[in-house]
Amino acid sequence: MKTFNYTIQDALGIHARPAGVLVKEVKKFESKITIEGNGKSADAGKLLAVMGMGIKQGTEITVKAEGADEDAAIAAMEEFFKANL
Amino acid sequence: MRRYAGKSILKGIAIGKILFYSKGEQLVQRRSVDNVEAELERFETAKNTAAQQLHMLYEKALKEVGEVNAAIFEVHSMMLEDDDFNDSIKNMIESQKINAEYAVAATGDNFAKMFAEMDDEYFQARSADIKDIAERVVGILHGSQNSGDLGEEPVILAAKDLAPSETVQMDKSKLLGFVTELGSANSHTAILARTMNIPALIGIQVSEELNGKMAVIDGVTGELIVDPDAEVLKEYEAKKQEELRQRELLQELKGKEDVTLDGKHIKLFANIGSVGDMAKVLANDAGGIGLFRSEFLYLEKNDYPSEEEQFQAYKTAAETMAGKKVIIRTLDIGADKQVDYFNLDKEDNPAMGYRAIRICLDRQEIFKTQLRALLRASAYGNLGVMYPMIISVDEVRQIKKIVEELKKEFDDSGIPYGDFEQGIMIETPAAVMISDLLAKEVDFFSIGTNDLTQYTLAIDRQNAKLDNIYDSHHEAILRMIRTTVENGHKENCWVGICGELGADTTLTETFLKMGVDELSVSPSCVLPIRKIIRSTRIAD
Repeated sequence: MKTFNYTIQDALGIHARPAGVLVKEVKKFESKITIEGNGKSADAGKLLAVMGMGIKQGTEITVKAEGADEDAAIAAMEEFFKANL
Repeated sequence: MRRYAGKSILKGIAIGKILFYSKGEQLVQRRSVDNVEAELERFETAKNTAAQQLHMLYEKALKEVGEVNAAIFEVHSMMLEDDDFNDSIKNMIESQKINAEYAVAATGDNFAKMFAEMDDEYFQARSADIKDIAERVVGILHGSQNSGDLGEEPVILAAKDLAPSETVQMDKSKLLGFVTELGSANSHTAILARTMNIPALIGIQVSEELNGKMAVIDGVTGELIVDPDAEVLKEYEAKKQEELRQRELLQELKGKEDVTLDGKHIKLFANIGSVGDMAKVLANDAGGIGLFRSEFLYLEKNDYPSEEEQFQAYKTAAETMAGKKVIIRTLDIGADKQVDYFNLDKEDNPAMGYRAIRICLDRQEIFKTQLRALLRASAYGNLGVMYPMIISVDEVRQIKKIVEELKKEFDDSGIPYGDFEQGIMIETPAAVMISDLLAKEVDFFSIGTNDLTQYTLAIDRQNAKLDNIYDSHHEAILRMIRTTVENGHKENCWVGICGELGADTTLTETFLKMGVDELSVSPSCVLPIRKIIRSTRIAD
């Protein structure tokens, strides 16, 4: 399993549009990718679940990837969060 | 006669009959079904129809109100595809052997409730989005009619709340104005109203009994007057006439020259964000395009737009304006405008960071692709090109050198290209201070007052706490503009204003007296500014 921590910079938190793009990104990988934060956790491939976490600006999250392509998945996730959130 | 006080979204007056619109709280009954497979199939079919509708709404909104406001429908499409949402519906149909309508409505309610209970305003507002998509699917399953039907006569629409999908579907020619109970000044619907230029009020209790009554929307005071008595109605009819007369007066200015009483010709141009805005430029009779924000070509894509794509867009603009000036601003991203595939780092102070020309001179291949497209498109019309965020003479020389190199490459390979006037945005205090030196390098200056004000007053435009001291008429700004004009003119460099201040009618006369040669404003501001130009005498 691979993980990284990231603090959300976006003023609206993990809001609808980037969450939607995130879901598409996640589906490119075989690995199970989860987000933890705010005392909750969600499958990063599920839009409403991710939005339902209510992650706001300044919240630190942990992203985990587990599976055959976890190295590539975690690298892509890290890049995605830095660029979009 | 009854008066209701609300909050106005858009100034203007509407007079007409009220149509009370309610979604008719689609009554969803729970039914047992025998054939679960067929029910799942019904759901899939309805879902596909909903996805198609959302796609069409997105396209319609994109044309009518632009990319930013249309994005909501893209979000709806994504929500519709959500795994949890779909699994919940299918599970209910399978395990409880119930009808698809009920499963969709119940699932929609559950998710809407989850969002409504969150402690953040943004996420709470998403509750309405979930309801909107669930209602859409239920409506399709019911085979109900499209909600955009307003009847034959134009009406004032009254509703508890309007979803953006409903507002967009309505036939605008039948819509005089609208009144809602819910919604905020920043809701999607309010933004759509402003973009469509329709008088609208929010925060007014509406009910079925208003249906069919005569009413007046006073967008200035924020009042809805139901069953106005004859005197009041007459008063508002007169006001409405005056409003129309003003609009017609402006229409009469079409085709007239932009010239002052003492004969100075002013370039009165329009600002646009994409080729889609060209129709508004022509409808308002602008003398050219003073600011074509090329960012949209990049923001709309998932990868760098090719030279060919850019060439086509610039060529279309040049050809459509048929010889009138079209000034294209090269890529201005960074700060508040982000594009994923540029992979820009998050910055602590992005307004002062890696943006605009700084990116272009650092990643020259991106810049060269754009410049090649611009040079080739110049053969089809009267193009000008301007560079954003300039702070030094050296930057301008580097750019000009690149342009010369590209022309040489075209000469060598025999590819046809045209020539364009080159100018720079004056939006940093540094550029103002050395405008005497910069003027020797370029053909024109265009003053971007929004950033110039932010940098000069050291006030973050996005910070609402500073609104009370953000003074766009600050003497420092006016002096900066004056200095820029004077220094530009000494070197035969014409000077324009393309920021928001350019459309500020209280300053038009001041700018003309300073010697400003060009004003570039949003298309709808062209005719009001023309009126002032034509009644101003520059010489004292």
